[in-house]
Amino acid sequence: MLYYSLKRFALALLVALTVSLISFSLLYISSDPAIAMAGETATDADIEAIRQLYGFDRPILVQYFDWLQRALAGDLGQSYYFRTNVSALIAERLPTTMTLGVTAILFAITLAVPLGVAAAIRPNSLIDRIALFLSVMGQALPSFWFALMLIVLLSVNLRLLPTSGSDTWLHLVMPTVVLGYYAAPAIMRLTRTGMLEVLSTDYIRTARAKGLRPPVVLFKHALRNAIIPVVSLAAVQFGFMLGGSIVVETIFALHGAGFLAWESITRNDLPTVQGLILVFSLFYIVLTFFADLINAWLDPRIRIN
Amino acid sequence: MASSSKSEPVKIAAPLWGRSLRHQGVVIGALIVATVVLIALCAPLIAPHDPYYQDLLARLKPPVWDDRGSWDHILGTDHLGRDYLSRLIYGARISLLIGIGAALISGLIGTIMGVMAGYFGGRVDMVVTFLITVRLSMPVVLVALAVVAIVGGSLQVVIMVLGLLLWDRFAVVMRSSTLQIRSMDYVAAAQAVGCSTTRVLMTEIMPNVVNNLIVIATLEMAHAIILEAALSFLGLGVQPPLPSWGLMVSEGKDMMLFEPWLITIPGVALFLLVLSINLLGDGVRDITAPENRN
Repeated sequence: MLYYSLKRFALALLVALTVSLISFSLLYISSDPAIAMAGETATDADIEAIRQLYGFDRPILVQYFDWLQRALAGDLGQSYYFRTNVSALIAERLPTTMTLGVTAILFAITLAVPLGVAAAIRPNSLIDRIALFLSVMGQALPSFWFALMLIVLLSVNLRLLPTSGSDTWLHLVMPTVVLGYYAAPAIMRLTRTGMLEVLSTDYIRTARAKGLRPPVVLFKHALRNAIIPVVSLAAVQFGFMLGGSIVVETIFALHGAGFLAWESITRNDLPTVQGLILVFSLFYIVLTFFADLINAWLDPRIRIN
Repeated sequence: MASSSKSEPVKIAAPLWGRSLRHQGVVIGALIVATVVLIALCAPLIAPHDPYYQDLLARLKPPVWDDRGSWDHILGTDHLGRDYLSRLIYGARISLLIGIGAALISGLIGTIMGVMAGYFGGRVDMVVTFLITVRLSMPVVLVALAVVAIVGGSLQVVIMVLGLLLWDRFAVVMRSSTLQIRSMDYVAAAQAVGCSTTRVLMTEIMPNVVNNLIVIATLEMAHAIILEAALSFLGLGVQPPLPSWGLMVSEGKDMMLFEPWLITIPGVALFLLVLSINLLGDGVRDITAPENRN
Protein backbone atom coordinates (compact mmCIF):
# COMPACT_ATOMS: atom_id res chain seq x y z
CA MET A 1 0.00 0.00 0.00
CA LEU A 2 2.87 2.38 0.84
CA TYR A 3 4.62 1.60 -2.44
CA TYR A 4 1.38 2.11 -4.34
CA SER A 5 0.72 5.45 -2.59
CA LEU A 6 4.22 6.71 -3.33
CA LYS A 7 3.92 5.71 -6.97
CA ARG A 8 0.58 7.50 -7.26
CA PHE A 9 1.98 10.55 -5.53
CA ALA A 10 4.95 10.77 -7.89
CA LEU A 11 2.58 10.46 -10.85
CA ALA A 12 0.29 13.18 -9.48
CA LEU A 13 3.29 15.47 -9.05
CA LEU A 14 4.44 14.83 -12.61
CA VAL A 15 0.94 15.50 -13.95
CA ALA A 16 0.76 18.77 -12.01
CA LEU A 17 4.11 19.91 -13.42
CA THR A 18 3.11 19.02 -16.98
CA VAL A 19 -0.23 20.79 -16.69
CA SER A 20 1.45 23.92 -15.39
CA LEU A 21 4.07 23.85 -18.16
CA ILE A 22 1.45 23.36 -20.88
CA SER A 23 -0.87 26.07 -19.65
CA PHE A 24 2.03 28.44 -19.06
CA SER A 25 3.41 28.11 -22.55
CA LEU A 26 -0.10 28.10 -24.04
CA LEU A 27 -0.90 31.48 -22.54
CA TYR A 28 2.48 33.16 -22.87
CA ILE A 29 3.45 32.05 -26.36
CA SER A 30 0.16 32.95 -27.98
CA SER A 31 0.10 36.54 -26.78
CA ASP A 32 2.44 39.37 -25.90
CA PRO A 33 1.76 40.23 -22.25
CA ALA A 34 3.77 43.44 -22.55
CA ILE A 35 1.33 44.84 -25.14
CA ALA A 36 -1.62 43.80 -23.02
CA MET A 37 -0.16 45.47 -19.93
CA ALA A 38 0.92 48.68 -21.61
CA GLY A 39 -2.58 49.52 -22.81
CA GLU A 40 -3.72 51.02 -26.09
CA THR A 41 -2.00 54.39 -25.89
CA ALA A 42 1.50 53.01 -25.23
CA THR A 43 4.41 53.71 -27.55
CA ASP A 44 6.85 51.05 -28.72
CA ALA A 45 9.38 52.33 -26.20
CA ASP A 46 6.87 51.88 -23.34
CA ILE A 47 6.17 48.33 -24.40
CA GLU A 48 9.88 47.56 -24.61
CA ALA A 49 10.42 49.02 -21.13
CA ILE A 50 7.65 46.87 -19.67
CA ARG A 51 9.02 43.83 -21.48
CA GLN A 52 12.41 44.29 -19.82
CA LEU A 53 11.01 45.29 -16.44
CA TYR A 54 8.89 42.14 -16.14
CA GLY A 55 11.39 39.90 -17.93
CA PHE A 56 9.14 38.97 -20.87
CA ASP A 57 12.17 39.18 -23.15
CA ARG A 58 13.70 36.06 -21.58
CA PRO A 59 13.24 32.55 -23.10
CA ILE A 60 9.90 30.96 -22.22
CA LEU A 61 11.48 28.12 -20.22
CA VAL A 62 13.46 30.54 -18.07
CA GLN A 63 10.27 32.48 -17.39
CA TYR A 64 8.46 29.25 -16.57
CA PHE A 65 11.02 28.06 -14.04
CA ASP A 66 11.11 31.49 -12.47
CA TRP A 67 7.31 31.43 -12.18
CA LEU A 68 7.34 27.83 -10.91
CA GLN A 69 9.90 28.60 -8.23
CA ARG A 70 7.74 31.39 -6.86
CA ALA A 71 4.53 29.37 -7.30
CA LEU A 72 5.97 26.62 -5.12
CA ALA A 73 6.46 29.22 -2.39
CA GLY A 74 2.80 30.22 -2.80
CA ASP A 75 3.44 33.37 -4.82
CA LEU A 76 1.54 33.38 -8.13
CA GLY A 77 2.65 36.88 -9.11
CA GLN A 78 0.82 40.17 -9.45
CA SER A 79 -2.50 40.56 -11.21
CA TYR A 80 -2.29 43.04 -14.13
CA TYR A 81 -5.86 44.18 -13.67
CA PHE A 82 -6.59 43.95 -9.95
CA ARG A 83 -3.08 45.16 -9.03
CA THR A 84 -2.88 42.76 -6.09
CA ASN A 85 -1.29 39.44 -5.33
CA VAL A 86 -2.88 36.62 -7.36
CA SER A 87 -2.62 34.09 -4.52
CA ALA A 88 -4.48 36.41 -2.15
CA LEU A 89 -7.07 37.16 -4.83
CA ILE A 90 -7.78 33.48 -5.46
CA ALA A 91 -7.78 32.62 -1.75
CA GLU A 92 -10.38 35.32 -1.19
CA ARG A 93 -12.68 34.02 -3.96
CA LEU A 94 -12.20 30.29 -3.49
CA PRO A 95 -14.49 29.70 -0.47
CA THR A 96 -17.59 30.75 -2.48
CA THR A 97 -16.71 28.31 -5.27
CA MET A 98 -15.95 25.52 -2.80
CA THR A 99 -19.27 26.04 -1.02
CA LEU A 100 -21.07 25.97 -4.36
CA GLY A 101 -19.16 22.86 -5.43
CA VAL A 102 -19.98 21.00 -2.22
CA THR A 103 -23.69 21.88 -2.30
CA ALA A 104 -23.85 20.97 -6.00
CA ILE A 105 -22.24 17.55 -5.58
CA LEU A 106 -24.46 16.85 -2.56
CA PHE A 107 -27.50 17.83 -4.64
CA ALA A 108 -26.37 15.53 -7.46
CA ILE A 109 -25.78 12.60 -5.08
CA THR A 110 -29.07 12.94 -3.21
CA LEU A 111 -30.88 13.09 -6.53
CA ALA A 112 -28.96 10.37 -8.36
CA VAL A 113 -28.20 7.63 -5.82
CA PRO A 114 -31.81 6.94 -4.68
CA LEU A 115 -32.97 7.05 -8.31
CA GLY A 116 -30.20 4.67 -9.34
CA VAL A 117 -31.03 2.26 -6.52
CA ALA A 118 -34.75 2.36 -7.29
CA ALA A 119 -34.04 1.77 -10.97
CA ALA A 120 -31.79 -1.21 -10.19
CA ILE A 121 -34.32 -2.91 -7.89
CA ARG A 122 -36.80 -3.12 -10.73
CA PRO A 123 -34.99 -3.04 -14.08
CA ASN A 124 -37.15 -1.95 -17.03
CA SER A 125 -39.93 -0.86 -14.68
CA LEU A 126 -41.62 2.51 -14.92
CA ILE A 127 -39.22 4.09 -12.40
CA ASP A 128 -36.25 2.71 -14.37
CA ARG A 129 -37.63 4.29 -17.53
CA ILE A 130 -38.23 7.60 -15.77
CA ALA A 131 -34.68 7.61 -14.36
CA LEU A 132 -33.25 6.89 -17.80
CA PHE A 133 -35.45 9.56 -19.38
CA LEU A 134 -34.30 12.16 -16.83
CA SER A 135 -30.65 11.30 -17.36
CA VAL A 136 -30.90 11.53 -21.15
CA MET A 137 -32.70 14.87 -20.85
CA GLY A 138 -30.24 16.18 -18.27
CA GLN A 139 -27.24 15.45 -20.45
CA ALA A 140 -28.67 17.46 -23.35
CA LEU A 141 -29.62 20.55 -21.34
CA PRO A 142 -27.10 23.41 -21.84
CA SER A 143 -26.35 24.70 -18.34
CA PHE A 144 -26.26 28.39 -19.26
CA TRP A 145 -29.68 28.14 -20.87
CA PHE A 146 -31.09 26.10 -17.99
CA ALA A 147 -29.84 28.83 -15.62
CA LEU A 148 -31.59 31.57 -17.58
CA MET A 149 -34.84 29.60 -17.77
CA LEU A 150 -34.73 29.07 -13.99
CA ILE A 151 -34.22 32.80 -13.47
CA VAL A 152 -37.19 33.65 -15.70
CA LEU A 153 -39.39 31.03 -14.03
CA LEU A 154 -38.41 31.12 -10.35
CA SER A 155 -37.19 34.66 -9.84
CA VAL A 156 -39.23 36.70 -12.25
CA ASN A 157 -42.53 34.86 -12.65
CA LEU A 158 -42.86 33.22 -9.23
CA ARG A 159 -40.61 35.63 -7.30
CA LEU A 160 -39.27 32.81 -5.14
CA LEU A 161 -35.51 33.27 -5.37
CA PRO A 162 -33.06 36.14 -5.83
CA THR A 163 -31.50 36.35 -9.33
CA SER A 164 -27.90 37.17 -8.52
CA GLY A 165 -25.36 37.95 -5.83
CA SER A 166 -24.03 35.86 -2.96
CA ASP A 167 -25.44 37.34 0.24
CA THR A 168 -27.71 34.59 1.65
CA TRP A 169 -28.10 30.84 1.26
CA LEU A 170 -31.10 31.49 -0.99
CA HIS A 171 -28.64 32.88 -3.53
CA LEU A 172 -27.02 29.48 -3.70
CA VAL A 173 -30.16 27.47 -4.56
CA MET A 174 -30.31 28.04 -8.31
CA PRO A 175 -26.53 27.88 -8.89
CA THR A 176 -26.47 24.59 -6.96
CA VAL A 177 -29.22 23.08 -9.09
CA VAL A 178 -27.64 24.27 -12.35
CA LEU A 179 -24.16 23.05 -11.45
CA GLY A 180 -25.37 19.82 -9.84
CA TYR A 181 -27.87 18.44 -12.36
CA TYR A 182 -25.16 17.90 -14.94
CA ALA A 183 -23.25 15.44 -12.72
CA ALA A 184 -26.39 13.54 -11.71
CA PRO A 185 -26.89 11.35 -14.85
CA ALA A 186 -23.42 9.80 -14.67
CA ILE A 187 -23.75 9.09 -10.94
CA MET A 188 -27.24 7.65 -11.45
CA ARG A 189 -26.10 5.29 -14.22
CA LEU A 190 -23.10 4.07 -12.24
CA THR A 191 -25.21 3.46 -9.12
CA ARG A 192 -27.73 1.52 -11.20
CA THR A 193 -25.08 -0.64 -12.90
CA GLY A 194 -23.26 -1.26 -9.63
CA MET A 195 -26.45 -2.25 -7.80
CA LEU A 196 -27.56 -4.54 -10.64
CA GLU A 197 -24.20 -6.29 -10.51
CA VAL A 198 -24.11 -6.65 -6.73
CA LEU A 199 -27.73 -7.78 -6.48
CA SER A 200 -26.97 -10.76 -8.71
CA THR A 201 -24.09 -12.00 -6.55
CA ASP A 202 -24.16 -15.12 -4.40
CA TYR A 203 -23.77 -13.37 -1.06
CA ILE A 204 -26.92 -11.33 -1.68
CA ARG A 205 -28.79 -14.56 -2.46
CA THR A 206 -27.40 -16.02 0.77
CA ALA A 207 -28.43 -12.94 2.74
CA ARG A 208 -31.94 -13.21 1.34
CA ALA A 209 -32.08 -16.97 1.86
CA LYS A 210 -31.22 -16.71 5.53
CA GLY A 211 -34.24 -14.46 5.95
CA LEU A 212 -32.78 -10.97 6.37
CA ARG A 213 -35.33 -8.24 5.84
CA PRO A 214 -35.17 -6.74 2.31
CA PRO A 215 -34.09 -3.24 3.45
CA VAL A 216 -31.14 -4.72 5.35
CA VAL A 217 -30.06 -6.73 2.34
CA LEU A 218 -30.48 -3.75 0.07
CA PHE A 219 -28.75 -1.06 2.07
CA LYS A 220 -26.35 -2.88 4.36
CA HIS A 221 -25.19 -5.63 2.01
CA ALA A 222 -25.74 -4.35 -1.51
CA LEU A 223 -25.48 -0.57 -1.51
CA ARG A 224 -22.30 -0.48 0.56
CA ASN A 225 -20.52 -2.48 -2.10
CA ALA A 226 -22.12 -0.81 -5.08
CA ILE A 227 -21.31 2.69 -3.82
CA ILE A 228 -17.50 2.31 -3.96
CA PRO A 229 -17.04 3.24 -7.62
CA VAL A 230 -19.67 5.96 -7.18
CA VAL A 231 -17.52 7.64 -4.53
CA SER A 232 -14.56 7.95 -6.86
CA LEU A 233 -16.80 9.13 -9.70
CA ALA A 234 -18.25 11.78 -7.39
CA ALA A 235 -14.73 12.95 -6.54
CA VAL A 236 -13.90 13.28 -10.22
CA GLN A 237 -17.19 15.06 -10.95
CA PHE A 238 -16.48 17.46 -8.09
CA GLY A 239 -13.22 18.35 -9.79
CA PHE A 240 -15.01 18.95 -13.10
CA MET A 241 -17.62 21.08 -11.32
CA LEU A 242 -15.05 23.55 -10.02
CA GLY A 243 -14.02 24.09 -13.62
CA GLY A 244 -17.64 24.33 -14.76
CA SER A 245 -18.47 26.90 -12.10
CA ILE A 246 -17.19 29.60 -14.44
CA VAL A 247 -20.43 29.56 -16.48
CA VAL A 248 -22.73 29.34 -13.47
CA GLU A 249 -20.96 31.99 -11.40
CA THR A 250 -20.91 34.38 -14.33
CA ILE A 251 -24.66 34.09 -14.87
CA PHE A 252 -25.62 34.38 -11.22
CA ALA A 253 -22.90 36.97 -10.42
CA LEU A 254 -21.56 34.83 -7.58
CA HIS A 255 -18.20 36.30 -6.71
CA GLY A 256 -16.24 33.07 -6.59
CA ALA A 257 -13.16 31.81 -8.40
CA GLY A 258 -15.15 31.01 -11.57
CA PHE A 259 -16.36 34.60 -11.82
CA LEU A 260 -12.79 35.74 -11.20
CA ALA A 261 -11.69 33.52 -14.10
CA TRP A 262 -14.18 35.18 -16.43
CA GLU A 263 -13.19 38.67 -15.25
CA SER A 264 -9.47 37.99 -15.72
CA ILE A 265 -9.91 36.27 -19.09
CA THR A 266 -11.91 39.14 -20.56
CA ARG A 267 -9.25 41.58 -19.26
CA ASN A 268 -6.22 39.64 -20.51
CA ASP A 269 -4.99 39.31 -16.93
CA LEU A 270 -2.63 36.43 -17.67
CA PRO A 271 -1.10 35.85 -14.19
CA THR A 272 -4.56 35.46 -12.68
CA VAL A 273 -5.76 33.13 -15.47
CA GLN A 274 -2.59 31.09 -15.16
CA GLY A 275 -2.95 30.89 -11.37
CA LEU A 276 -6.58 29.80 -11.63
CA ILE A 277 -5.81 27.07 -14.16
CA LEU A 278 -3.12 25.81 -11.80
CA VAL A 279 -5.41 25.86 -8.76
CA PHE A 280 -8.32 24.15 -10.57
CA SER A 281 -6.01 21.47 -12.00
CA LEU A 282 -4.40 20.88 -8.60
CA PHE A 283 -7.83 20.36 -7.05
CA TYR A 284 -8.66 17.77 -9.67
CA ILE A 285 -5.29 16.04 -9.28
CA VAL A 286 -5.54 15.92 -5.47
CA LEU A 287 -9.13 14.63 -5.64
CA THR A 288 -8.29 11.84 -8.09
CA PHE A 289 -5.19 10.99 -6.04
CA PHE A 290 -7.31 10.41 -2.93
CA ALA A 291 -10.00 8.62 -4.92
CA ASP A 292 -7.28 6.25 -6.22
CA LEU A 293 -5.98 5.65 -2.71
CA ILE A 294 -9.44 4.94 -1.32
CA ASN A 295 -10.12 2.52 -4.16
CA ALA A 296 -6.82 0.72 -3.63
CA TRP A 297 -7.45 0.52 0.09
CA LEU A 298 -10.90 -0.96 -0.45
CA ASP A 299 -9.89 -3.26 -3.30
CA PRO A 300 -6.43 -4.88 -2.85
CA ARG A 301 -6.43 -6.12 -6.45
CA ILE A 302 -5.83 -2.56 -7.68
CA ARG A 303 -2.68 -1.91 -5.66
CA ILE A 304 -1.05 -5.21 -6.59
CA ASN A 305 -1.60 -4.84 -10.30
CA MET B 1 -31.95 3.06 -24.20
CA ALA B 2 -32.72 -0.14 -22.45
CA SER B 3 -36.22 -0.16 -23.79
CA SER B 4 -35.31 -1.78 -27.11
CA SER B 5 -36.24 -5.42 -26.71
CA LYS B 6 -36.61 -6.63 -23.19
CA SER B 7 -39.16 -9.34 -23.86
CA GLU B 8 -37.98 -10.79 -27.16
CA PRO B 9 -34.40 -12.07 -27.10
CA VAL B 10 -31.96 -10.14 -29.28
CA LYS B 11 -31.06 -12.22 -32.29
CA ILE B 12 -27.39 -11.89 -33.15
CA ALA B 13 -28.15 -12.63 -36.76
CA ALA B 14 -30.86 -10.00 -37.03
CA PRO B 15 -29.74 -7.43 -39.57
CA LEU B 16 -28.52 -4.17 -38.05
CA TRP B 17 -31.05 -2.19 -40.03
CA GLY B 18 -33.95 -4.14 -38.64
CA ARG B 19 -32.73 -3.70 -35.11
CA SER B 20 -32.13 0.01 -35.71
CA LEU B 21 -35.68 0.53 -36.95
CA ARG B 22 -37.12 -1.16 -33.89
CA HIS B 23 -35.04 0.99 -31.54
CA GLN B 24 -37.05 4.05 -30.50
CA GLY B 25 -34.04 6.12 -29.55
CA VAL B 26 -32.28 5.57 -32.86
CA VAL B 27 -35.40 6.32 -34.90
CA ILE B 28 -36.24 9.55 -33.04
CA GLY B 29 -32.61 10.65 -32.87
CA ALA B 30 -31.93 9.91 -36.52
CA LEU B 31 -35.09 11.70 -37.68
CA ILE B 32 -34.26 14.91 -35.79
CA VAL B 33 -30.57 14.87 -36.73
CA ALA B 34 -31.45 14.24 -40.39
CA THR B 35 -33.94 17.12 -40.32
CA VAL B 36 -31.37 19.52 -38.84
CA VAL B 37 -28.73 18.42 -41.37
CA LEU B 38 -31.22 18.94 -44.21
CA ILE B 39 -32.18 22.37 -42.88
CA ALA B 40 -28.51 23.34 -42.56
CA LEU B 41 -27.69 22.17 -46.09
CA CYS B 42 -30.68 23.92 -47.66
CA ALA B 43 -30.50 27.04 -45.48
CA PRO B 44 -30.44 29.53 -48.39
CA LEU B 45 -33.52 27.87 -49.93
CA ILE B 46 -35.59 27.65 -46.75
CA ALA B 47 -34.72 30.82 -44.87
CA PRO B 48 -37.44 33.43 -45.51
CA HIS B 49 -35.05 36.38 -45.02
CA ASP B 50 -31.35 37.26 -45.07
CA PRO B 51 -30.12 36.31 -41.55
CA TYR B 52 -27.81 39.35 -41.46
CA TYR B 53 -30.25 41.94 -42.81
CA GLN B 54 -31.03 44.50 -40.11
CA ASP B 55 -34.37 46.27 -40.13
CA LEU B 56 -34.18 48.70 -37.25
CA LEU B 57 -37.80 49.72 -37.75
CA ALA B 58 -38.93 46.13 -37.11
CA ARG B 59 -36.97 45.38 -33.94
CA LEU B 60 -38.10 42.77 -31.39
CA LYS B 61 -41.19 41.63 -33.29
CA PRO B 62 -42.72 38.71 -31.34
CA PRO B 63 -43.32 35.29 -32.94
CA VAL B 64 -46.48 34.51 -34.87
CA TRP B 65 -48.31 32.85 -31.96
CA ASP B 66 -48.19 36.12 -30.04
CA ASP B 67 -51.06 38.59 -30.54
CA ARG B 68 -48.64 41.16 -31.94
CA GLY B 69 -46.88 38.64 -34.19
CA SER B 70 -47.19 38.37 -37.97
CA TRP B 71 -46.52 35.71 -40.63
CA ASP B 72 -43.84 37.92 -42.15
CA HIS B 73 -41.48 37.00 -39.29
CA ILE B 74 -42.69 33.61 -38.06
CA LEU B 75 -40.33 33.52 -35.07
CA GLY B 76 -40.15 37.30 -34.72
CA THR B 77 -37.05 39.51 -34.99
CA ASP B 78 -34.13 40.21 -32.67
CA HIS B 79 -32.87 43.46 -31.15
CA LEU B 80 -31.46 44.54 -34.52
CA GLY B 81 -34.56 43.62 -36.48
CA ARG B 82 -33.03 40.47 -38.01
CA ASP B 83 -35.44 37.64 -38.83
CA TYR B 84 -35.18 35.11 -35.99
CA LEU B 85 -36.24 32.05 -38.00
CA SER B 86 -33.61 32.75 -40.67
CA ARG B 87 -30.94 33.17 -38.02
CA LEU B 88 -32.03 29.93 -36.37
CA ILE B 89 -31.80 28.09 -39.70
CA TYR B 90 -28.33 29.43 -40.47
CA GLY B 91 -27.32 28.74 -36.86
CA ALA B 92 -27.83 25.02 -37.48
CA ARG B 93 -24.90 25.22 -39.92
CA ILE B 94 -22.61 26.61 -37.23
CA SER B 95 -23.55 24.03 -34.60
CA LEU B 96 -23.12 21.15 -37.05
CA LEU B 97 -19.82 22.50 -38.40
CA ILE B 98 -18.50 22.84 -34.85
CA GLY B 99 -19.71 19.38 -33.88
CA ILE B 100 -18.37 17.61 -36.97
CA GLY B 101 -15.12 19.59 -37.13
CA ALA B 102 -14.25 19.16 -33.46
CA ALA B 103 -15.19 15.46 -33.48
CA LEU B 104 -13.01 14.86 -36.58
CA ILE B 105 -9.94 16.52 -35.08
CA SER B 106 -10.31 15.04 -31.61
CA GLY B 107 -11.28 11.66 -33.11
CA LEU B 108 -8.12 11.58 -35.19
CA ILE B 109 -5.88 12.51 -32.26
CA GLY B 110 -7.63 10.24 -29.77
CA THR B 111 -7.85 7.23 -32.10
CA ILE B 112 -4.19 7.35 -33.04
CA MET B 113 -3.17 7.68 -29.39
CA GLY B 114 -5.58 5.06 -28.09
CA VAL B 115 -4.90 2.42 -30.78
CA MET B 116 -1.13 2.87 -30.44
CA ALA B 117 -1.33 2.56 -26.65
CA GLY B 118 -3.56 -0.51 -26.81
CA TYR B 119 -1.60 -2.25 -29.54
CA PHE B 120 1.99 -1.58 -28.52
CA GLY B 121 1.50 -1.43 -24.76
CA GLY B 122 4.58 -0.89 -22.59
CA ARG B 123 6.20 2.55 -22.80
CA VAL B 124 3.82 3.80 -25.49
CA ASP B 125 0.90 2.91 -23.26
CA MET B 126 2.51 4.63 -20.29
CA VAL B 127 3.05 7.86 -22.22
CA VAL B 128 -0.49 7.87 -23.65
CA THR B 129 -2.07 7.12 -20.27
CA PHE B 130 -0.02 9.93 -18.78
CA LEU B 131 -1.14 12.36 -21.48
CA ILE B 132 -4.78 11.39 -20.90
CA THR B 133 -4.37 12.08 -17.17
CA VAL B 134 -2.78 15.45 -17.91
CA ARG B 135 -5.56 16.38 -20.30
CA LEU B 136 -8.28 15.37 -17.81
CA SER B 137 -6.66 17.50 -15.12
CA MET B 138 -7.00 20.67 -17.19
CA PRO B 139 -10.32 22.52 -16.79
CA VAL B 140 -11.77 22.46 -20.33
CA VAL B 141 -14.01 25.52 -20.17
CA LEU B 142 -11.35 27.67 -18.52
CA VAL B 143 -8.57 26.69 -20.93
CA ALA B 144 -10.83 27.01 -23.99
CA LEU B 145 -12.04 30.46 -22.90
CA ALA B 146 -8.51 31.66 -22.18
CA VAL B 147 -7.13 30.46 -25.53
CA VAL B 148 -10.05 31.89 -27.51
CA ALA B 149 -9.65 35.20 -25.65
CA ILE B 150 -5.96 35.39 -26.57
CA VAL B 151 -6.09 34.08 -30.14
CA GLY B 152 -9.38 35.78 -30.99
CA GLY B 153 -12.76 34.18 -31.48
CA SER B 154 -13.74 32.77 -34.86
CA LEU B 155 -15.41 29.62 -36.12
CA GLN B 156 -12.07 28.05 -37.09
CA VAL B 157 -10.41 28.88 -33.78
CA VAL B 158 -13.30 27.41 -31.76
CA ILE B 159 -13.26 24.20 -33.86
CA MET B 160 -9.48 23.86 -33.42
CA VAL B 161 -9.53 24.56 -29.68
CA LEU B 162 -12.37 22.13 -28.99
CA GLY B 163 -10.82 19.53 -31.29
CA LEU B 164 -7.51 19.76 -29.46
CA LEU B 165 -9.22 19.49 -26.05
CA LEU B 166 -11.86 16.78 -26.46
CA TRP B 167 -9.76 13.78 -27.54
CA ASP B 168 -9.59 12.18 -24.08
CA ARG B 169 -12.65 9.94 -24.32
CA PHE B 170 -11.63 8.75 -27.81
CA ALA B 171 -8.21 7.78 -26.48
CA VAL B 172 -9.61 6.00 -23.41
CA VAL B 173 -12.18 3.96 -25.33
CA MET B 174 -9.96 3.18 -28.33
CA ARG B 175 -7.20 2.05 -25.97
CA SER B 176 -9.40 -0.42 -24.10
CA SER B 177 -11.13 -1.74 -27.27
CA THR B 178 -7.75 -2.26 -28.97
CA LEU B 179 -6.43 -4.07 -25.89
CA GLN B 180 -9.40 -6.41 -26.14
CA ILE B 181 -9.05 -7.11 -29.89
CA ARG B 182 -5.27 -7.44 -29.73
CA SER B 183 -5.49 -10.65 -27.68
CA MET B 184 -7.72 -12.34 -30.30
CA ASP B 185 -6.42 -15.35 -32.17
CA TYR B 186 -6.97 -13.80 -35.58
CA VAL B 187 -4.60 -10.97 -34.69
CA ALA B 188 -1.96 -13.48 -33.62
CA ALA B 189 -2.60 -15.36 -36.87
CA ALA B 190 -2.13 -12.23 -38.95
CA GLN B 191 1.12 -11.50 -37.12
CA ALA B 192 2.27 -15.09 -37.57
CA VAL B 193 1.82 -15.07 -41.35
CA GLY B 194 4.02 -11.98 -41.43
CA CYS B 195 1.58 -9.10 -41.94
CA SER B 196 3.17 -5.72 -41.35
CA THR B 197 2.15 -3.76 -38.26
CA THR B 198 0.31 -1.22 -40.43
CA ARG B 199 -1.61 -4.00 -42.11
CA VAL B 200 -2.57 -5.66 -38.83
CA LEU B 201 -3.73 -2.31 -37.50
CA MET B 202 -5.72 -1.41 -40.61
CA THR B 203 -7.28 -4.77 -41.49
CA GLU B 204 -7.56 -6.59 -38.16
CA ILE B 205 -7.81 -3.95 -35.41
CA MET B 206 -9.57 -0.93 -36.95
CA PRO B 207 -12.62 -2.71 -38.43
CA ASN B 208 -13.32 -4.19 -35.01
CA VAL B 209 -13.10 -0.97 -33.03
CA VAL B 210 -14.91 1.25 -35.51
CA ASN B 211 -18.31 0.72 -33.89
CA ASN B 212 -17.05 2.13 -30.61
CA LEU B 213 -15.40 4.94 -32.52
CA ILE B 214 -18.72 5.96 -34.07
CA VAL B 215 -20.47 5.94 -30.70
CA ILE B 216 -17.83 8.16 -29.07
CA ALA B 217 -17.79 10.44 -32.12
CA THR B 218 -21.52 11.16 -31.82
CA LEU B 219 -21.30 11.78 -28.08
CA GLU B 220 -18.31 14.10 -28.50
CA MET B 221 -20.12 15.94 -31.32
CA ALA B 222 -22.90 16.73 -28.88
CA HIS B 223 -20.34 17.72 -26.26
CA ALA B 224 -18.58 20.11 -28.67
CA ILE B 225 -21.89 21.69 -29.73
CA ILE B 226 -22.85 22.38 -26.11
CA LEU B 227 -19.39 23.77 -25.32
CA GLU B 228 -19.40 26.07 -28.36
CA ALA B 229 -22.78 27.43 -27.30
CA ALA B 230 -21.45 28.05 -23.78
CA LEU B 231 -18.30 29.77 -25.08
CA SER B 232 -20.30 31.92 -27.50
CA PHE B 233 -22.77 32.71 -24.73
CA LEU B 234 -19.89 34.01 -22.58
CA GLY B 235 -18.77 36.14 -25.54
CA LEU B 236 -15.59 34.16 -26.16
CA GLY B 237 -16.63 31.81 -28.93
CA VAL B 238 -18.06 32.47 -32.35
CA GLN B 239 -18.33 36.24 -32.81
CA PRO B 240 -21.26 38.40 -33.96
CA PRO B 241 -22.88 38.78 -36.40
CA LEU B 242 -22.69 35.00 -36.99
CA PRO B 243 -25.99 33.39 -35.91
CA SER B 244 -24.61 30.88 -33.37
CA TRP B 245 -27.41 29.58 -31.15
CA GLY B 246 -25.36 30.24 -28.01
CA LEU B 247 -24.73 33.80 -29.20
CA MET B 248 -28.46 34.27 -29.89
CA VAL B 249 -29.24 33.29 -26.29
CA SER B 250 -26.55 35.70 -25.12
CA GLU B 251 -27.92 38.58 -27.22
CA GLY B 252 -31.46 37.89 -26.06
CA LYS B 253 -30.52 37.60 -22.39
CA ASP B 254 -30.81 41.33 -21.63
CA MET B 255 -34.40 41.34 -22.85
CA MET B 256 -35.37 37.90 -21.57
CA LEU B 257 -37.64 39.31 -18.87
CA PHE B 258 -39.87 41.06 -21.38
CA GLU B 259 -39.34 38.89 -24.48
CA PRO B 260 -38.58 35.40 -23.11
CA TRP B 261 -38.95 33.78 -26.57
CA LEU B 262 -35.63 35.41 -27.51
CA ILE B 263 -33.82 32.88 -25.35
CA THR B 264 -36.40 30.07 -25.41
CA ILE B 265 -36.26 29.47 -29.18
CA PRO B 266 -32.47 29.06 -29.70
CA GLY B 267 -32.24 27.18 -26.39
CA VAL B 268 -34.86 24.64 -27.42
CA ALA B 269 -33.14 24.19 -30.79
CA LEU B 270 -29.83 23.51 -29.04
CA PHE B 271 -31.44 21.12 -26.58
CA LEU B 272 -33.22 19.15 -29.33
CA LEU B 273 -30.11 18.82 -31.49
CA VAL B 274 -27.89 17.66 -28.62
CA LEU B 275 -30.60 15.33 -27.31
CA SER B 276 -31.12 13.68 -30.69
CA ILE B 277 -27.38 13.23 -31.30
CA ASN B 278 -27.06 11.60 -27.85
CA LEU B 279 -30.07 9.36 -28.50
CA LEU B 280 -28.52 8.28 -31.78
CA GLY B 281 -25.15 7.57 -30.14
CA ASP B 282 -26.65 5.64 -27.21
CA GLY B 283 -28.85 3.69 -29.63
CA VAL B 284 -25.97 2.74 -31.92
CA ARG B 285 -24.13 1.42 -28.86
CA ASP B 286 -27.18 -0.62 -27.82
CA ILE B 287 -27.48 -2.14 -31.27
CA THR B 288 -23.84 -2.88 -32.02
CA ALA B 289 -22.87 -3.98 -28.52
CA PRO B 290 -25.93 -4.90 -26.43
CA GLU B 291 -23.68 -6.32 -23.71
CA ASN B 292 -22.29 -2.82 -23.00
CA ARG B 293 -25.71 -1.33 -22.52
CA ASN B 294 -25.11 -0.22 -18.97
